[in-house]
Amino acid sequence: MPDILLRPWPWYVAGPLIGLFAPLLLWLGNRLFGVSSNLRHLCSAIAPRGIPYLTYDWRREGGWNLAFVAGIVVGGLLAGLVFANPEPVAVAASTRASLASLGIHELTGLVPRELFAWSSLTTVRGWIVIVGGGFLVGFGTAYAGGCTSGHGISGVANLETPSFIALGGFFAGGLLGTFVLLPLVLGLR
Amino acid sequence: MTTPVAPRADVELDDDDVHELSAEATRDPSAPGLWIYLLAGTVFGIVLTKGEAISWFRIQEMFRFQGFHMFGIFATALPTAIVGVQLLKRRWRRTLGGQAIAIPPKHLGSGVRYAVGGTIFGLGWALTGACPGPLFALLGSGATTMAVAIASAMLGTWTYGRLRHRLPH
Repeated sequence: MPDILLRPWPWYVAGPLIGLFAPLLLWLGNRLFGVSSNLRHLCSAIAPRGIPYLTYDWRREGGWNLAFVAGIVVGGLLAGLVFANPEPVAVAASTRASLASLGIHELTGLVPRELFAWSSLTTVRGWIVIVGGGFLVGFGTAYAGGCTSGHGISGVANLETPSFIALGGFFAGGLLGTFVLLPLVLGLR
Repeated sequence: MTTPVAPRADVELDDDDVHELSAEATRDPSAPGLWIYLLAGTVFGIVLTKGEAISWFRIQEMFRFQGFHMFGIFATALPTAIVGVQLLKRRWRRTLGGQAIAIPPKHLGSGVRYAVGGTIFGLGWALTGACPGPLFALLGSGATTMAVAIASAMLGTWTYGRLRHRLPH
């Protein structure tokens, strides 16, 4: 396999490309770039249960976005499995040291195997990280009305005050999660 | 112009609801089909993955301020998105199908939902190392337990829908 297909891309290639998706989707059909709406569309499709927030025509409102998210899965498969980077991620030495002190030593792949293997779901910490973390992502993005793409990119690109507030919240929560919650959780078995 | 989305029962928040989705109400019959979004999503998934924005380790490096990579991504993605969207709004003004560009404004309200909801999401982001886009990209890359995280995220969104009328917005 040619090395160029396997190597990760530097930030100055990935960043501008990510930024292009907000204007691109707007140009294609007045679509607002934002991935978390799909969680809502999926809930609406599966179990609306008479909840007003989930009662709408999800095919019409979210069909395009569900197609987009299906594409993300395919893209992840191509870039992360077929053309996966065989090297451990080149994070800073200080990050490797910080993670080692939390008991995370294996840096190959995109997620730490110690936490995201299926066997991890039999441990309290694995449950909190995967199930608890997922729940917080879904609840938080719905409450905030958007995630890193919808607020962080789309909303900020449209210079919306709510999105700047949300972005501040994302980072505040991330710091709290990294320095308080994660060390506590990783200490559990 | 097709009819707007069906009216909702919770009047107080109805406005917000419609605004979040109203871009969809102005559907253009000549707009490209779903395949183009599937293709765009595929490219986006490749960029997220090859750019390592879906790497749990890179997210840790970012929140610990130990490396520039993720900050570099945001610092170049945001100006690109801002320039692109503003040009589209002010200069070109039309979609591919010739429709007027329309971005529904977000309602500030008290701002509580953005600060609190954002913080709750941030906590989950630090734990899973993934925001919604990366959750799906990681699933594709073979991190199959992300299917559980996605199911749990759906439950989170569902729970918000259930509690919505009781939460400050």
